[in-house]
Amino acid sequence: MADTIKKEPLIRIAKRAERSNKQKLILRLLSVLLAICAGGIFILILGKNPFSYYAKMVKGAFIGKNAASPFMPFKETIKIMIPLLISSLGITLAFKMKFWNIGAEGQIIMGGIFASYFALYHYDMPHYLLFVVMFVAAMIGGGLYGIIPAFFKAKFDTNETLLTLMLNYIALYVIDWLTKGAWQDPESKGYPKIARFDLNAWLDSMGGVQIGWVIGLVLVVLVFIYLKYTKQGYEITVVSDSHATARYAGMSPSKIMIRTMFLSGAICGIAGMVQACGTEHTLSTSVAGGVGFTAIIVAWLANLNPFGILVVSFLFAVLEKGSTVVSSEFVLSPYCSDVLQGIILFFVLGCEFFIRYRFVTRGGRKND
Amino acid sequence: MTRLISFLAHAVYMGTPLLFGTVGEIQNEKAGHLNLGVEGTMAMGACAGFMIAYKTGSLWLSILAAFLMGALVSLIYAFLTITMMANQNVTGLTLTIFGTGLSNFIGEQMISASPTGNLKLPEGVMNSLKDIEIPLLSKIPVLGEVLFSQNIFTYLSIIIAVIMFIYLKKTKTGLNLRTIGENPAVADAVGINVVKYKYINVLIGGGICGIGGAFCSMVINGGVWMANSVNGLGWIAVALVIFAVWNPARAIYGAYIFGAFMVLKYYFPKDLGFTVPESFFDMLPYLVTALVLIITSVRKSRERSQPQSCGINYFREER
Repeated sequence: MADTIKKEPLIRIAKRAERSNKQKLILRLLSVLLAICAGGIFILILGKNPFSYYAKMVKGAFIGKNAASPFMPFKETIKIMIPLLISSLGITLAFKMKFWNIGAEGQIIMGGIFASYFALYHYDMPHYLLFVVMFVAAMIGGGLYGIIPAFFKAKFDTNETLLTLMLNYIALYVIDWLTKGAWQDPESKGYPKIARFDLNAWLDSMGGVQIGWVIGLVLVVLVFIYLKYTKQGYEITVVSDSHATARYAGMSPSKIMIRTMFLSGAICGIAGMVQACGTEHTLSTSVAGGVGFTAIIVAWLANLNPFGILVVSFLFAVLEKGSTVVSSEFVLSPYCSDVLQGIILFFVLGCEFFIRYRFVTRGGRKND
Repeated sequence: MTRLISFLAHAVYMGTPLLFGTVGEIQNEKAGHLNLGVEGTMAMGACAGFMIAYKTGSLWLSILAAFLMGALVSLIYAFLTITMMANQNVTGLTLTIFGTGLSNFIGEQMISASPTGNLKLPEGVMNSLKDIEIPLLSKIPVLGEVLFSQNIFTYLSIIIAVIMFIYLKKTKTGLNLRTIGENPAVADAVGINVVKYKYINVLIGGGICGIGGAFCSMVINGGVWMANSVNGLGWIAVALVIFAVWNPARAIYGAYIFGAFMVLKYYFPKDLGFTVPESFFDMLPYLVTALVLIITSVRKSRERSQPQSCGINYFREER
């Protein structure tokens, strides 16, 4: 038998034993470092100095020029982070179950719509009651929208990636319809937009930034506990490994899938409410604005760890805010930040390989 | 009647970029790669095609450039998902963010470098982009006006779709590719070079998407550069793959049906006594796709489903 194999390939790929968390972290940091270098080359090609570019970018995300409120940019960075953080946490629940929910965008929008209904038409209730009502409404809106793909996946094995993708656009055009029709601002003179919310429906701020960051932090802890220490969290892990195993253990994969997707969508819905009532103070088609897609990448980069998500979403917000500041200073288009984001992500995605696999050279050790 | 004909012709026109994207994505999915980067790939094709046409004034060079650029950015995707076995969903999404961003970025840099403050294609290119009436065929009533009086891109897209159909259904190479998409381990066992096949097909598929992007930037916008010219068409193309049940021939009329959905709002009769909100028309392509997706899964026919290995990377030692 062995004679038939002429020769072993020069280099082949083999799976490696699980790396330690420390090694993983070092590898990831290394890949980000490489990515920053690659981004630096990109900036160099544009004829700018990468060192001062990066320095200005980081500075721009934290400290501003205005002497009266020097930390204004930092507050804006946090504002960018809030919806990203919350929706990444939502996506994490689905991804833990290997349910490829790329419909965060739509779930954010639905949460925003449900909350906005109360902000627009029932804003005269007591402030804190209104907050609770909007909060619950957003969860229900996002959650129900999350159930749709879960139901069809459970019942008919419908491809969830594509269905959630379509639902994003359907939700987007629901807002579009509301802005042009039923909810159009009567004082906008025909311009399609929804009225600004009454002050009573605005979220409070804490430390100069809307309260969404507190909600985000609480959710980080809650999601962490839910996944790690509750029965339901454990069930998600089992279902992600094998539906058969789950059934054998007396669990109902369909039920777990639908329940988890409700929660996943509900959390994304909260992101929508926080964005609409806390930052934009109105509802527009840009309430999600691509956050749902970026959130997938954030969740993935953080390895679906809630605390990791906190860090990664903050870094993404710094990148986003910093790039806007620096691009105006360097006379570069703000799209530069998308390009840099892409480069960084490509490197980190590539680095995952070295976490899971290793190269074996001909004549090298067979076992690791 | 003339209104109906111009509606159908408009549908074919809007369906053209979708057809490129769909055929490219079908080729990707047949290789087992659900590429969510179509939007970004098309955006890069849009940029390369437009800029080359702007600089050289040659239509053919610009189509070639769009193809090569599409293939080039797909190389990133291919390398990460085939060789580095990175998650396909995340890689594809990243490619979309990166491609759209870079395309817009290059566009804005070019604008700020141009003396007039905008980018306009040279006269020669615009002339070669005019509708071409195919002799004889364009004289057929209705069909001639709808299908055979279109611009060069439309004809090219139909030719590519037909070639792709023949390639997938009638050739041995195509059969090998379909085997890889269904079960790469089996393909590997019978001696097909899985990695090579995947690379070639993902790259060519990306190139085809790139040409579709060039249509968006060069034709739809009337020869003036605009940011975000692809504007979600790439996502519709991904959806159309399902509607076309992974068949390039069905993609042709699928693309035109979707094209019709996209332009329906301009032709919908206004004197029916009720009005349909414009947003509903915009939503229609996505709504239809969602329904198609659900209905096909309810009927559960294997013929009409995604290639089995789609979305799962192939690792040889895990067969």
